[in-house]
Amino acid sequence: MQSFLGKPVYKGIAMGPVVVLKHDDFQVKRKKAEDTEAEIIRLEQAKEQAEKQLQVLHDKAVKEVGEDSAAIFEVHQMMLEDEDYLDAIHNMIQTEGVNAEYAVAVTGDNFAEMFASMEDDYMKARAADVKDISNRLLKNLVGEGEIDFRSMEPSIIVAEDLSPSETVQMDKEKILAFVTVHGSTNSHTAILARMMNIPALIGVPLNLEEIHTGMKAVVDGFQGKMILEPTGEICRQTSDRIGEETEKLQLLQTLKGKENITLDGKKINIYANIGSVGDIGYVLENDAGGIGLFRSEFLYLGKKDFPSEEEQFQAYKKVLQMMAGKKVIIRTLDIGADKQVDYFTLEKEDNPAMGYRAIRICLKQPEIFKTQLRALLRAAVFGNLSIMYPMIISTEEVTQIYEIVDQVQRELEEEQIPYKLPEQGIMIETPAAVMISDELAEMVDFFSIGTNDLTQYTLAIDRQNAKLDDFYNPQHKAIMKMIQMVVDNAHKHGKWVGICGELGANPELTESFVRMGVDELSVAPSMILKIRKAVREMKVLPKG
Amino acid sequence: MKEFNYVITDEVGIHARPAGMLVKEAKKYESKIVISKDGKSAEATKLMALMGLGVKCGQTVTVEITGADEEAACEGVMAFFKENL
Repeated sequence: MQSFLGKPVYKGIAMGPVVVLKHDDFQVKRKKAEDTEAEIIRLEQAKEQAEKQLQVLHDKAVKEVGEDSAAIFEVHQMMLEDEDYLDAIHNMIQTEGVNAEYAVAVTGDNFAEMFASMEDDYMKARAADVKDISNRLLKNLVGEGEIDFRSMEPSIIVAEDLSPSETVQMDKEKILAFVTVHGSTNSHTAILARMMNIPALIGVPLNLEEIHTGMKAVVDGFQGKMILEPTGEICRQTSDRIGEETEKLQLLQTLKGKENITLDGKKINIYANIGSVGDIGYVLENDAGGIGLFRSEFLYLGKKDFPSEEEQFQAYKKVLQMMAGKKVIIRTLDIGADKQVDYFTLEKEDNPAMGYRAIRICLKQPEIFKTQLRALLRAAVFGNLSIMYPMIISTEEVTQIYEIVDQVQRELEEEQIPYKLPEQGIMIETPAAVMISDELAEMVDFFSIGTNDLTQYTLAIDRQNAKLDDFYNPQHKAIMKMIQMVVDNAHKHGKWVGICGELGANPELTESFVRMGVDELSVAPSMILKIRKAVREMKVLPKG
Repeated sequence: MKEFNYVITDEVGIHARPAGMLVKEAKKYESKIVISKDGKSAEATKLMALMGLGVKCGQTVTVEITGADEEAACEGVMAFFKENL
């Protein structure tokens, strides 16, 4: 028995067989082929199989992550059809009389080499694609195939790191837990685990050479521990704990369709935080009352140019229609030098958290902002939309925003395009906004407190810096006092207040927040029912 | 034979996806379509050779089209370049 510690990204517990995903290079032997015709037939079969695999991957990716991310599989299909590549393999089999595996491996290496030697970084990276299709052919030739998730029993997935193309092909029902050697709390694996309510550990110092598919393991997302080949005693304990957790989850399921109401009758809203259209399934599945924070960055990231008004309009409209009348709060662009979006041509900054970002970009480059606002106002006709502006520090900013919104309205009016002016609110995530929340409350329809940034700015602690972990206290008295101040000022002017930072998702604090008068908590979809439970078990007035 | 020059305006040049689309377009025609840049050339039906040209934004490529349907092919391919590259 061996145990390893890592960083948990989702609290849960799992036990089962391990499946190790490796990006391995094949050891291919050169063999003399007696029958070259037979080798060619094997090659053709492997290629047909690969085409089918890629088609399945492509279709699955389109459904789950969208057309753009799925395009890579289409490119792979085309590479597989490439005449030069196929001719080279055929020739080698026929003229040198070698086995198909060897011809594929050598040809794949040659083509990858060609790309790797190109000047352009983009083209260099295509070497990986050539290797990928060659490996796919090889796997098919040696009959190893990919892990067949249909016949796999539910397993713990262990890998160095997982790419979107790997996670997309997994059958979500068959995954007990994720364990990766690398990855950050914001990595693809971590986000996926949180969405899917699957225990996950990242940064676990494993040597994948020593771990084999089929070994038994326990993943404990509460303690951040993975135990390999656990003893019988540990297995029994774990089974008991899994039983308890399942029972808790089942109890949570019974809360679906119930109100978020305290024992003494106070109701609050519990909404979900999401970052892409694909997450809406999780929002509905966990019975969220609405979307409290829809990060609009997904429209801007991974693109080579600004998304058009039409593209944005279609995306917002889709979200609003899918949520069928439930509240959807879309936060306008929150991009800065810390996010890599080339076409914004942002200069490198020493301190991007305090730099040219979010609303500051929107006010300095109103054309970008106006495109988004036009799309939002047009989409507002199709559902219950609210717009939220990030990183506000002054009333002047709000005035400026309203002037731009006015312009947009006038333009749409003139062009006779249908639109609606939705509810407009701001994020309270700077100490400055807290201090002037009294004045801001007069101007806007609602507040949403972004506790992550607010804590970082208030405590002057960079959350990426692990050395500061001992000083970091997200429940610092200063933060709690600030939240109370914001709530009081909003209510004085008849406005509502939500919390959309991580703090809002801590069930231990739910009671305090509700007592403070917070009207809405916006949390990861997987936390909705847990927070609902906390609300339903509390009283606003202690004992009486 | 038909021939035209085109300056690439796509930010990343002839990258994988448009190259793949160009291959599809080129396969619609009987004519042989050759793309060249700086003395290197590639047939438009061959994806990796096409990518191997390493054409970047701002560079000029020459497109040569020879065959029975060269008129139609020239029109189609030129439209494709304008739209996608």
